Amino acid sequence: MRILVAMSGGVDSSVVAARLQAEGHEVVGATLQLYDSRGAAKKGACCAGQDIRDARAVADRLGFPHYVIDAERRFQDSVIERFADAYAAGETPVPCVACNQGVKFTDLLGLAREIGADAMATGHYVRRVEGPQGAELHRPVDSARDQSWFLFATTRDQLEYLRFPLGDMPDKAAVRAEAEKYGLIVAGKPDSQDLCFVSDGSYVDLVEKMHPEMAGAGEIVDAQGNVVGQHEGVMRFTVGQSKRLGNAARLNGERQMVVGVEPGRRRVIIGPRERSFVSSLSVRDVNWLVDAPPEGLECHVQMRAREMPRPARIIPTAQGALVQLTEPAMPAPGQACVFYDGSRILGGGFICRTEQATAA
Amino acid sequence: MTPNAQSGSRTPRMVYLDANATEPLRPQARDAVLEAAELTGNPSSVHRAGRMARAVLEQARDDVAHAFDVAPLNCIFTSGGTEANVLAMHGLGQGRRFLVGMTEHDAVRKGVPTGADVAWLPVDESGQVKLEVLEAALAQSQAEGAAPAFVCLMAANNETGVLHPLADVASLCRKYAAHLHVDAVQAAGRMVMSVNQSGINSMALSGHKMGGPKGAGALLLAGPAPARLDPLFEGGGQEQGRRGGTQPLPAIAGLAAALKAALQTPRDLSSLRNKLEQAACAVGAQICGADAPRLGNTTSLVLPGRKAQTQLMRLDLSHICVSAGSACSSGKVAFSHVLQAMGLGDQAGEAIRVSLPWNVQDEDIDIFIKAYQGMAQGAASVLSF
Repeated sequence: MRILVAMSGGVDSSVVAARLQAEGHEVVGATLQLYDSRGAAKKGACCAGQDIRDARAVADRLGFPHYVIDAERRFQDSVIERFADAYAAGETPVPCVACNQGVKFTDLLGLAREIGADAMATGHYVRRVEGPQGAELHRPVDSARDQSWFLFATTRDQLEYLRFPLGDMPDKAAVRAEAEKYGLIVAGKPDSQDLCFVSDGSYVDLVEKMHPEMAGAGEIVDAQGNVVGQHEGVMRFTVGQSKRLGNAARLNGERQMVVGVEPGRRRVIIGPRERSFVSSLSVRDVNWLVDAPPEGLECHVQMRAREMPRPARIIPTAQGALVQLTEPAMPAPGQACVFYDGSRILGGGFICRTEQATAA
Repeated sequence: MTPNAQSGSRTPRMVYLDANATEPLRPQARDAVLEAAELTGNPSSVHRAGRMARAVLEQARDDVAHAFDVAPLNCIFTSGGTEANVLAMHGLGQGRRFLVGMTEHDAVRKGVPTGADVAWLPVDESGQVKLEVLEAALAQSQAEGAAPAFVCLMAANNETGVLHPLADVASLCRKYAAHLHVDAVQAAGRMVMSVNQSGINSMALSGHKMGGPKGAGALLLAGPAPARLDPLFEGGGQEQGRRGGTQPLPAIAGLAAALKAALQTPRDLSSLRNKLEQAACAVGAQICGADAPRLGNTTSLVLPGRKAQTQLMRLDLSHICVSAGSACSSGKVAFSHVLQAMGLGDQAGEAIRVSLPWNVQDEDIDIFIKAYQGMAQGAASVLSF
């Protein structure tokens, strides 16, 4: 069948393309140009970054067509600006979810359908399993590379069309070995790190440029508004963290942590670690990959990219879902709360801020 | 082997309909390239080998100059169309106000010397320059007492094939003593042109757009030879001190041979083009610039609601080569400034250009029509890019 492969120019998606072609499929490669790799100074100019060049070289070597899709403006609007706006609203966003959900699995997938592809494949480490009720989304075999948490917003319709051939790979070494087998020039290419659109690894400058009101030092306050310390900038703080609090890290013998961020006033609010945990939270924009039972369901939830899932009960609501935790925790607004049953994703949503939760 | 002849038993026939990007190599040009490549000499050398090379170079110069009615020494060979345009603008336009058409190729739009005074000439809905705006701009320039203006208008547009009314433009330029520079990269070889008869002061052309190899172009200058022009780079003083650098003899010989073949065996492609347009319009396409006189081989087709990028991909996957706007080095499809200038708005991102090559066959048109109609009648998705 004709399969569109979303190619980043890295080793993973290159192996996907090579393997599918070796299996006899008609492969069409596509690389999204998401931002000008030469930086904002050259805005609007066209460019051919190294990753695009690598993706094209792989396609040329294997002999299938490859296209570069200009998604710069769409990425700017739907990912980068939303990312900055979320910080300005006191949240800690997950831009990779927004990108997968919008640019990749809505726009590129729509394009794949329009050019007559029967499926779209990516190099994500996640498993798609054919279940009795249709396609299911599972954690990959290689837990060190698990990307399932970032893909919870994939809809059931999208999942039917998608393929993730690397979900069964035991480890990265096996992927690189397969790349060697196909003679891919990217076999030894280093993995991408951090946020793809921030070149020096720091998102702070980018957000401060878009929201200057957030830039600069500010106060660390306790729940009563007493100033207990100073900080370098609110963007460096996420709800739940204890780092970077300086002398305020311990007050009256109790360990403190961030319980809220007020970007407009450039304030970081802290509270005693043990007493600030919550046992329930609201999530919005919920995506269900199963038929959600109205009475709720028992499962495990994962509320950060890297953490152990914890037991919880999910109750669907009109606005999203209510998550009741068995053990209290400190969820960070804007992050994803993904519902798992073992390796399978049942659904997930974005963690609401307290005032949103109250309103809901 | 020309692209259109590449039809193996295993892969489907490739249909090449992107002549305005580059024409398939003409066999006469290929022969000339190979012959010239066998010559060792540098045309600037005084010895026998040099003389042999120079004879080929000067014959090519005579042929090109003759074809466009300029003095041989007013034919300056360059690396291609872009350099020829930029050489004219920099070498002849110093101190003048530039009046540049909004639908010019980027070679000209971005070739205006840094810091120069420039005004952009709008076009009407059919893509032709608005003569009254041109005259007003010329009159204003004259009234301000500045040096005569430097007007840049292309003979035929690369995306739509639309021809500017060059005779009217030239008489206006003459009236106001302005310099008229014409980018004839698409027109040269496809229509008969005379520089000295038409009131054109300088004209740029490109070898590979006529069926020659890539790598050579020419700037033609009107009037007595050798006309003065400041070089972009002096080098060894080649081309009468107007363009430094050893001439690429095979490319230049190929250019001259391609031009000769194009003019000796002209082929009117408009009936095939019209057939293709009718079939496209039958499934909802709209033609850009249909009301203006156009090159016979070119059409710009808008398919409302369908992004150009997706159209290109679909047709390419059916082994049909067409283009949209101008592709940049990364290969992404850019928005068409030409169609925007014609007032097409968002539809400027929904047009593909089909340009028939000199060796197009009836079957190519039939294959295109089938694929295009299938695409137009197939499902479309709503895309954000």
